[in-house]
Amino acid sequence: MSNELEFLSRHVAMGRLSRRDFLGRAAALGVTAPFANMLLSSAALAQAPVRGGILKAGLQGGEATNSLDPATFLSQVPFNFAKCWGEYLVALKPGGLENRLAEEFGASDDAKVWTFKIRQDVEFHNGKTVTAEDVVATLERHSNEDSKSGALGIMRGIESMKADGRDVVITLKEPNADLPYLMADYHLIIQPNGGKDAPDAGISAGSYKVAVNEPGVRYVGERFANYWQPDKEGFADQVEIIVVNDPTARTSALQGGQVHMINRVEPKIVDLIKRVPGIEIQTVSGPGHYVFIMHCNTGPFDNADLRMALKLAMDREEMVDKILRGYGSVGNDFPINSSYPLFSDDIEQRTYDPDKAAFHYKKSGHDGPVLLRTSEVAFPGAVDAAQLYQQTCAKAGITIEVKREPGDGYWSEVWNKQPFSTSYWGGRPTQDQMYSTAYLSSADWNDTRFFNEKFDKLLLEARAELDQDKRKNLYREMAIIVRDEGGLILPMFNQYIDAINDKVGGYGGGVNHELMDGYALARCWVKA
Amino acid sequence: MSPILTLIAQRIALGVLLLFAVSVLIFAGTQILPGDVAQSILGQTATPEALANLRKELGLNDPAIVRYFSWLGGVLTGDLGTALTTRQPIVSTLMPRLWNTLFLAFWAAIVSVPLAVMLGLLAVRYRNGPIDKAISGFALASTSLPEFFIGYLLIFFVAVKMQWFPSISTVYGGMPLADKLNAIVLPATVLVLVVLAHMMRMTRAAILNVMQSAYIETAELKGLSSFDIIRKHAFPNAIAPIVNVIMLNLAFLIVGVVVVEVIFVYPGMGQYLVDHVSKRDVPVVQAVGLIFAAVYIGLNIIADIAAIIANPRLRHPK
Repeated sequence: MSNELEFLSRHVAMGRLSRRDFLGRAAALGVTAPFANMLLSSAALAQAPVRGGILKAGLQGGEATNSLDPATFLSQVPFNFAKCWGEYLVALKPGGLENRLAEEFGASDDAKVWTFKIRQDVEFHNGKTVTAEDVVATLERHSNEDSKSGALGIMRGIESMKADGRDVVITLKEPNADLPYLMADYHLIIQPNGGKDAPDAGISAGSYKVAVNEPGVRYVGERFANYWQPDKEGFADQVEIIVVNDPTARTSALQGGQVHMINRVEPKIVDLIKRVPGIEIQTVSGPGHYVFIMHCNTGPFDNADLRMALKLAMDREEMVDKILRGYGSVGNDFPINSSYPLFSDDIEQRTYDPDKAAFHYKKSGHDGPVLLRTSEVAFPGAVDAAQLYQQTCAKAGITIEVKREPGDGYWSEVWNKQPFSTSYWGGRPTQDQMYSTAYLSSADWNDTRFFNEKFDKLLLEARAELDQDKRKNLYREMAIIVRDEGGLILPMFNQYIDAINDKVGGYGGGVNHELMDGYALARCWVKA
Repeated sequence: MSPILTLIAQRIALGVLLLFAVSVLIFAGTQILPGDVAQSILGQTATPEALANLRKELGLNDPAIVRYFSWLGGVLTGDLGTALTTRQPIVSTLMPRLWNTLFLAFWAAIVSVPLAVMLGLLAVRYRNGPIDKAISGFALASTSLPEFFIGYLLIFFVAVKMQWFPSISTVYGGMPLADKLNAIVLPATVLVLVVLAHMMRMTRAAILNVMQSAYIETAELKGLSSFDIIRKHAFPNAIAPIVNVIMLNLAFLIVGVVVVEVIFVYPGMGQYLVDHVSKRDVPVVQAVGLIFAAVYIGLNIIADIAAIIANPRLRHPK
């Protein structure tokens, strides 16, 4: 059976792909209908969800300082637990969006007014019914300028919103064809009265109710009896997250059978873990990437030739091989890859070219060493990556001086302050959001100090454009501008590497982020 | 008041004074930490507005001396303040952690202290013989290996290969005692191995020191057996230094187990402190620092008092 068919049949079994779509896809792959039907029933048999048991995960990325207030979510443990207890308007799925509390949504022709119809008879954990007012209150709380919500940046485009019966009507300041994607942000958990009364009460409408909340130690969710789609999520009686920040402790907990799944397997030990019987490695290619950033407005990086020389002196293949051990893909100096819906794959790939780099370097007129600041916290292997880069630059006659900064205070003192440093981006669900966050002239985190009028104009034009082909072309043009004129060196997109043991059923179908976009605990089950 | 009570009262008063001085140091120390609490809470994705809002909300603009006295006033009334990051009262989140740390330390101590003293006595009895050498060799080997190495060895062989005990020692309120004990077997073992050698060697050295005295020779001439000499005459006179080193190790079991807690994912004070230091949650860092200081000072007072009681000469200063 081809991998694709197997993958698809599992999706039908889990109710994430219709039977008709599957048969169509199977026909396209040259499989006869009876055989396809057979595949389907065997997949359904193997994949029949098992109810009961406790599903446990050992996860990195939790601190004693975490709170259940969705506005404060930052690290992986709150992110994963959020998908168990929280319910959203929409969620990402392969190739688009899945309706959750929104039964349907649509835009006015100019993409300025968006209407979300809220599903009826969905219940919060406290017994109250979810209403359009609760949704509006939630969005209000996250868009309040006094709020410190992680979603504040993406809520700025909203001019006004109101509840109208079952509808939530959002009016934007500027047209935005991507607004529904913004609503999938993991901070935007719909809470009773928007969580204005008790933001950290952990009440929403997800498949599990918060039973234990010990920040930085352990979280337990108990199946919510009145969950609105019980055939899709909430199979285990209980889900449990144990915070295990130490990588060795995490893998040994999985091997010892104390947890069923772990996140953040280090690339350097993946091959060892693969040899352990009963353990499976799961990878997700997402929009996350590792970067070297230059400030376009600060000397010596305000020189276009120097920037080009530094870009050409990067050996991207070697970075992926040595730093990611192959668990990733090469970048092309713009922050978009094929995980985005409107990605153009025909932009010429930039490759390592020491001669051309030397030519541009000479032309820039710069001499003396270039100072690159880095730290282990910038991304896993950042210091090694900087040293590797130092060597490939040396072959082009460029001297890089690597300065290793302490991890403490790196984000406040070095990143976005110093002119040349290493960093990472987790990516965003849409190109518009990624570019608006870091490459628009007025962006909150314009960490390359990239000010380009033409780019800004294209971005606003693309945002308002509902015709997908035209949008794709606009994004292509923007990508080329960032690639050739920007201060971004993007050698690689990283994969998320998780591991599960053979007790886990129903794993698969995640997009963009670790552990099935955080839904692994909610959607998997413990095999009997 | 009897002279012994006066001495003890003096010692306690001194301890309180010391604790006060430490509180000043802790407060001053946390003021010079680099970085800014608001930036640390919000991380890489902080917007300038969110930063300004948070700074205002946290009262980071008051002068230090004002904040010190309001903090001290709170501590004296049993209020350790509110964690900046979670907005929860520190007392309620810290107490279960402190309890966990004490629980682990208690069981490590219950095993290691009698074991160390016994092994020390045995080593003296058979000094320079094979038993002494074996005991000393084992103790020195275990103390020379770093904690994390012993921890990972135990995890690999005992937890992953044999699957006898769990490698993750997460304990929580309401967990049955038997489960809790099962969960802490490995970290407690590491701690025992780490502190054993120090206590054992000190016991051995202290008793051997006393054994040089003239009255031991008298006892020998009286015809007492070696064990009786050690038990009745040498050990009581060596109690003061032994108690001292035991207290030092008990303090280590409470304040120095960060690495062990991280490896075994044990929800104690060490992990709690590390999380809050990295987020610049100053009130929590101060509270934990003060508790650690109190533990050290308290255990040292106990050691001093034990020495005073054990040695009549200390009761009558010349």
